[in-house]
Amino acid sequence: MNRRWLLFIPLAGFLVLAVMLWVGLGKDPSSRDSALIDQPMPEFSLTALDDPTVTIERSDLLGHVTLVNVWGSWCPTCKDEMPQLLALRKAGVRILGVDYKDTRVDARDFLNRFGNPFELSAFDPDGTLGLDLGVYGAPESFIIDAQGIVRYHHTGYIKPDDVKDTILPEIQSWSSS
Amino acid sequence: MVLFLRLGLILTLALATLSARAAIEVHTFDDPALEARYTRLIDELRCPKCQNESISASNSMISKDMRAQVATLLAQGRSDDAVKAYMVKRFGDYVLYDPRLEARTWLLWGGPLLGLLLGGVIIWRVVRARRQSAPGQLSAPERARLEALLAAHDEPSRSREHPND
Repeated sequence: MNRRWLLFIPLAGFLVLAVMLWVGLGKDPSSRDSALIDQPMPEFSLTALDDPTVTIERSDLLGHVTLVNVWGSWCPTCKDEMPQLLALRKAGVRILGVDYKDTRVDARDFLNRFGNPFELSAFDPDGTLGLDLGVYGAPESFIIDAQGIVRYHHTGYIKPDDVKDTILPEIQSWSSS
Repeated sequence: MVLFLRLGLILTLALATLSARAAIEVHTFDDPALEARYTRLIDELRCPKCQNESISASNSMISKDMRAQVATLLAQGRSDDAVKAYMVKRFGDYVLYDPRLEARTWLLWGGPLLGLLLGGVIIWRVVRARRQSAPGQLSAPERARLEALLAAHDEPSRSREHPND
């Protein structure tokens, strides 16, 4: 019996490894799946950005699909993301803005200059909700369904193409289910 | 002049290391055992913002927050595993430098052992195959052929020993 083909096993193993490493090279190392996908949105209680006496809680999100956007006036890419968020709001998406590690004055100034896409704006100066969401840099966005379950996670800024290609389809798919 | 430049450079570099060190804040614990656990935990947790840095080494905003959170959780009396689970729940398995053994990671942990076993089996089979085909184990027809070859080889070589004869 000719068993020379056995000699090719190491070559096959090498090829498999090479393909896996090659695919790994093409991946964006800063983008990572959130540990919260299909988990309930964490409980939170934060004050509203424009009114310290008003609190915003997890229960305020229930009943609608919501895009949660973690941002800060100190973050330059958040500025670039604003037109996309405004477009989403125009398309009827409800957006909760979480002002992360910021001051109220700077944040309000930022929204006055670049527009305010947020139906709800929560103020998170210590990053407590950010930590519970596993946010490690702004901007980051999450889609929460009407039952308060995290369904989608977007690391980094929402590019103009992402609005139609990923965010709106995701919002629609969770709205209909 | 050169001496002054050198001194200035040394001083600048020394000051630079000072400021770099000062940026990593220190969490103080009353209990040295708690402090030891804290120091070990922040070495075992990986900064999610960075590619390959523990939260003890990284100066990023998120690492600072995570260090503070580790200190708070330890002060609350949580176990090391509970602190790790807390971080994994938020940031995923990425934050663990030591991946846990579970259904998804068995290949990661078992892969080297599997490779060792496979290599061992291959070596064992090769050695066994060699031993079986060792000299002296020729079959009868092979032996006859070998003797015929040796005999045929002997004749001409002897005649070449004294070419002038």
